[in-house]
Amino acid sequence: MSFEAVQGQPAQAAGRGLGIETFLYDNRIVRAFAIATVIWGLVGMSAGLLIAVELFFPGANLNLQFITFGRLRPVHTNAVIFAFVGNGMFMGIYYSLQRLCKARMFSDFLSWFNFWGWQAIIVSAAITLPLGFTTSKEYAELEWPIDIAIAVVWIAFTVNLLGTILKRRERHMYVSIWFYIATALTVAVLHVVNSMEVPAGWFKSYSMYAGVQDALVQWWYGHNAVAFFLTTPYLGMMYYFLPKAANRPVFSYRLSIIHFWGLIFIYIWAGPHHLLYTALPDWAQSLGMAFSVMLIAPSWGGMLNGLLTLRGAWDKVRQDPMLKFMVVAVTAYGMATLEGPTLAIKSINSLSHYTDWTIAHVHTGVLGWNGFLTFSVLYWLFPRLYNTQLWSTKLANYHFWIALLGMMFYVIPMYVAGVTEGLMWKQFTPDGFLQYPNFLETVVQVLPMYRLRAIGGTLYLAGVVLMVVNLYRTARSGQFVPDTEAQAAALHHEEPDSAPALSHRWLEGKAGLFTVLSVVAVLIGGLVEIIPMYLIKENVPTIASVKPYTPLEMMGRDIYIREGCLGCHSQMIRPFRSETERYGEYSKAGEFVYDHPFLWGSKRIGPDLHRVGGKYPDAWHYNHMENPRSTSPGSVMPNYPWLLSQKLDESAVAPRIRALRKVGVPYPAGFENGPALASLHAQQERIVGGLKGGLITAAPDREIIAVIAYLQRLGTDIKAPSAASPAPATAAAK
Amino acid sequence: MSVILILIIASLGIAVCFLAGFIWAAGSGQFEDTCTPSMRILTDDEPGDRPPVDPN
Repeated sequence: MSFEAVQGQPAQAAGRGLGIETFLYDNRIVRAFAIATVIWGLVGMSAGLLIAVELFFPGANLNLQFITFGRLRPVHTNAVIFAFVGNGMFMGIYYSLQRLCKARMFSDFLSWFNFWGWQAIIVSAAITLPLGFTTSKEYAELEWPIDIAIAVVWIAFTVNLLGTILKRRERHMYVSIWFYIATALTVAVLHVVNSMEVPAGWFKSYSMYAGVQDALVQWWYGHNAVAFFLTTPYLGMMYYFLPKAANRPVFSYRLSIIHFWGLIFIYIWAGPHHLLYTALPDWAQSLGMAFSVMLIAPSWGGMLNGLLTLRGAWDKVRQDPMLKFMVVAVTAYGMATLEGPTLAIKSINSLSHYTDWTIAHVHTGVLGWNGFLTFSVLYWLFPRLYNTQLWSTKLANYHFWIALLGMMFYVIPMYVAGVTEGLMWKQFTPDGFLQYPNFLETVVQVLPMYRLRAIGGTLYLAGVVLMVVNLYRTARSGQFVPDTEAQAAALHHEEPDSAPALSHRWLEGKAGLFTVLSVVAVLIGGLVEIIPMYLIKENVPTIASVKPYTPLEMMGRDIYIREGCLGCHSQMIRPFRSETERYGEYSKAGEFVYDHPFLWGSKRIGPDLHRVGGKYPDAWHYNHMENPRSTSPGSVMPNYPWLLSQKLDESAVAPRIRALRKVGVPYPAGFENGPALASLHAQQERIVGGLKGGLITAAPDREIIAVIAYLQRLGTDIKAPSAASPAPATAAAK
Repeated sequence: MSVILILIIASLGIAVCFLAGFIWAAGSGQFEDTCTPSMRILTDDEPGDRPPVDPN
């Protein structure tokens, strides 16, 4: 098989008597994804607004555990990333792919399986996350049954995508298609590798990786989720919809190809920049930083390519709101991709990490790039899907300006807050003491910025409401076109009669490619078997005094995960004097070998907790969890009264210990059959006894006791052995 | 840290797939023409802009 005869074939095709084929583009699936995009956008942004308000008005959760900041934050991130942008991506791909390939989607069944499967996953996320079922891994919080569903639906999407490409009637694959392929393939691999977990019940699992390893995998995934979920599909859409809207070809098609290949070969190595100055080995940090800086080149090539496409068409930008949105989207892409590498430079990261600067950065990306591009495509699509004009250009213009204002009101206060936090945390007095030793001072300082941010979010959301009205009225004013008729010559290979055997011949022709693919597939299968063994061996403690958590601490840790504490509290003290002065000894990789999953966190709305163990009496924690303002006036942490009343689920102890043993935590054989509960009860009694000294009468079987046990254990392993408060599990078992 | 090997293998696996795709694309002339594809998409879906086909 040869594919030399590529150029200039359409005329020959007709000449060889293949004839012109008539077919229908599926608009129903595009409309379905478009509607889902709008609905989930509203939901995700409303959740974001609520948690933004909770940050300066903690009472906004009405003391309901289901809508506390910690539980609602993953609802917000998952909703905007996977529901809003995810559906937006499918909308754009399903529309443009059919037209670029001159073919209907490969399978209508797979299209609708993709649609309903994805919506079912979103709904299950919206139910399980507020209930506290979470793995705590950033952008991968969903528990294992949903993870499996994601993999299945994603494969259906990939098959549908590749199938459509195989049966295309246009030999040349436009650059957008390459971006779509990269999305499908890479997200699948990322999701599978990061979601390796051992179940401990239907809605509980433990990451197969521990501590520093888990951190590395998580941010390899997390960074590339941004790359291949939020960026590549939207770049594909930019390269299709921007030229369409401007009605002129992309500035340089050659540059777009370089953009694509440059981006995908560099992006995947940049993940460690999320872990600068942590316990990750230094060389890995530097490597991640170097690749991050290199990313500026392809990213800016792409941004300039987008903006220069509008050369000579800026008069259209003035009139067309769709192009306005597009220009801001591309500009935001440029800003975010310059800022990202900047933040990945270690010296800058030492200031910006854990602060609201990161929040500003991601929101430039998601509000500006993803949000504005989605709005742009929606405004472009609806009139075409309904064969009419946009109901109100004026309203769309209002939306544009309100959204832009909202974005500014969001991003700028967050920059101010971020730099303020970073500088205040590091500030020493001339005598060499921390200028702001009380963390709360730095929180109170940025609260006005948090209020402004909520105003920004409100404006942005209000803009979306205007869009909903506009799109609804547009749809009402037209008539839906379920299928668009199109004509094209069949794509022929050597023999004119080869059309029915198209896919088979393609397979034959790609023998080499498919060998590679199958080798990779086999490799992944083999790795799944090897990983656990291999990692367990690696996890032999490097610090002898580091012991597994006791059953009660383990249960407390799971509550810490359930409540999303790591959304506001890091557990990773960086080796700076400003941090060791404030929190204590810096964190070491060897301390986390039993942490499945790792809980380092990325943001400090509250102080780091890695050395909180032994810092306060048990009674302080009890009062603090009941009402943080009783011990820390001005705190914005929510109340956790339910921890004081809810009973600890002792039946979960045994399966969890079994699962943790599977991932390599050395609990002795048979520990879960008796000794574990005995240890748990003994430790409960010790804590209840300690609380009596603080004039608190508490029942031993409440969740708060487990949380206290966990908090008091944190970071104590490397302190002098006599100081280690509760007996570690192995000691209890002996 | 040995987990980095898994990540490198996974990342290289993806990179190899893309490399294979690149070699195929370059060899089969996908990148020969860097001008007309950008024009083509503008005229592609002309039929889509026509009035809808009457289902009856």
